[in-house]
Amino acid sequence: MTKVSKNIILKLDNLNKHFGGVPAVKDISFSINKGELAGLIGPNGAGKTTIFNLVTGVYSPDSGHIIFRDEDITSLKTYEVIHKNVARTFQNLRLFPRSTALENVMVAMQQHHAYSFGEAITHFGRWGKKEKEIKLKSMDIIDRVGLAKRADQPARTLPYGMQRRLEIARALALDPEFLFLDEPAAGMNPEEVNELNHLIVDIHKEFKLTILVIEHHMDLVMEICPHIICMNFGTKIAEGNPDEIQRHPEVLKAYLGEEVDE
Amino acid sequence: MSGYTEGIIILLCINFIAAMGVSLLTGFTGIFSLGHAGYMAVGAYTAAILTFQYEFNFIIAILLGGAIAAILAYVIGVPTLKLIGDYYAIVSIGLGEAIRLILENGGTITRGARGYPGIPPYTTLTVALCFFVVMAFLMFNLINSRFGRAFKACRDDYIAASLLGYNTSKYRVLSLVVSAFYCGISGALLGGFLSFIQPIMFDMVKSTEITSVVVFGGLGSMTGTLIGTFVITLITELFRPISQYRMLIYGAILVIIMVIRPEGVMGQQEFGPKMLKLLKRKFLRGNFSKEGGDINDKGI
Repeated sequence: MTKVSKNIILKLDNLNKHFGGVPAVKDISFSINKGELAGLIGPNGAGKTTIFNLVTGVYSPDSGHIIFRDEDITSLKTYEVIHKNVARTFQNLRLFPRSTALENVMVAMQQHHAYSFGEAITHFGRWGKKEKEIKLKSMDIIDRVGLAKRADQPARTLPYGMQRRLEIARALALDPEFLFLDEPAAGMNPEEVNELNHLIVDIHKEFKLTILVIEHHMDLVMEICPHIICMNFGTKIAEGNPDEIQRHPEVLKAYLGEEVDE
Repeated sequence: MSGYTEGIIILLCINFIAAMGVSLLTGFTGIFSLGHAGYMAVGAYTAAILTFQYEFNFIIAILLGGAIAAILAYVIGVPTLKLIGDYYAIVSIGLGEAIRLILENGGTITRGARGYPGIPPYTTLTVALCFFVVMAFLMFNLINSRFGRAFKACRDDYIAASLLGYNTSKYRVLSLVVSAFYCGISGALLGGFLSFIQPIMFDMVKSTEITSVVVFGGLGSMTGTLIGTFVITLITELFRPISQYRMLIYGAILVIIMVIRPEGVMGQQEFGPKMLKLLKRKFLRGNFSKEGGDINDKGI
């Protein structure tokens, strides 16, 4: 089912991760093509977030390889992975709660607008110009996710749905090629999910991103992701387009349970 | 100006500089330290030995005092700040005590527990004020720069910070080095002010005093730190006549602050035009609300 292509941007090769005696991820292999909008689904505890944590270096795998743009990033530290143009959001939000929405995005944006320590403490040199750039570009992104009016509000006082969008904005500020979204629609009502749907599809096109999204809302995944990977108990049980996934016996078993012979 | 007032102003400047250093580390980077008096001692003894023994120019001696403290902080920080949590706080207690003991047993170089007399009195009012103004300027610039935001990011959520591409331990070490530099300078100025230093002046009580002043002013507020230092230094001076009760009053004030304003005098806010505007609005309209009762984080 996986197409062999030179276009592959991310490739997981027989990835394994155990927590004590529990295998969280077992022999997972799949690859994502450049420019794809792919979905990663599976019941709770299937190991989806663990895969994100393995790729972004939060955990290191017991065995296996992670290849990003022809480069082995398996043993890189988290901050080094990010400098390969990867960004992610979190299932349980990890904003800087006391900083304003704008500051949250600026922290990410400034990674691409560095100036020296000397310029920082004296405010001479490039400080003024760079700070202005950071602020303007951050405002653009905040505006893009529809939070312009809330830019000066501390992040923790924003409504939940907005905090989710702010996290996406912060990840976008890193100017990534590959974006991992970990359950962006968790805890949202159907209307918000619908809005988010559009946002993800739009930023995918607009920023020319490759996106891998973990999602529990099946309608969201089926609607926006042409490529879906389904996991259960740490193993990949199916991969393909929405139709194939919906009809796959293993997927039905995982989500609906087995038929009982009478 | 009387010699007494002058002395208090010099002491204020010295305390301001040390407190700003600890504030950067504890308030902005979220690393507790209980041994910063150790860095002050290093700065003080370096400057004392250089001016008294080798007749260095005092400005060079003061700057070298800060530099040596900063180098020491780097050596200590690189292994300990890789760990997340309170490890540095524990190490810092040991460090502070170790420095004090080394100075007490330093033989003819540090002259032991009796102290180091005869330091040229180079810390005049002008010198103290100039150092304070320059160091405050640099510190406020630093926290209003990309480094300030990075420090706060590492403090609030180190996992999120590293997933934004920050090498968090590098920023934690940087913060420690800058803060040790400030404490080193402060110690060097103290030596020049008193003309006499003694290892016992830089014990753990001194360290906790600086840290508690920073907490008093509000963690994450540089202006709060200055206000805290001002209040605490003046109170300690004010109650000098009843000196046996000073520690009691000092403790009572800390308890009162903990009860009525646990986030410190300034919370995380900086005192400036923005805050004045908010305060004005509060007193004119009687509330903080903006855009029809929008939530505004405890008002300020």
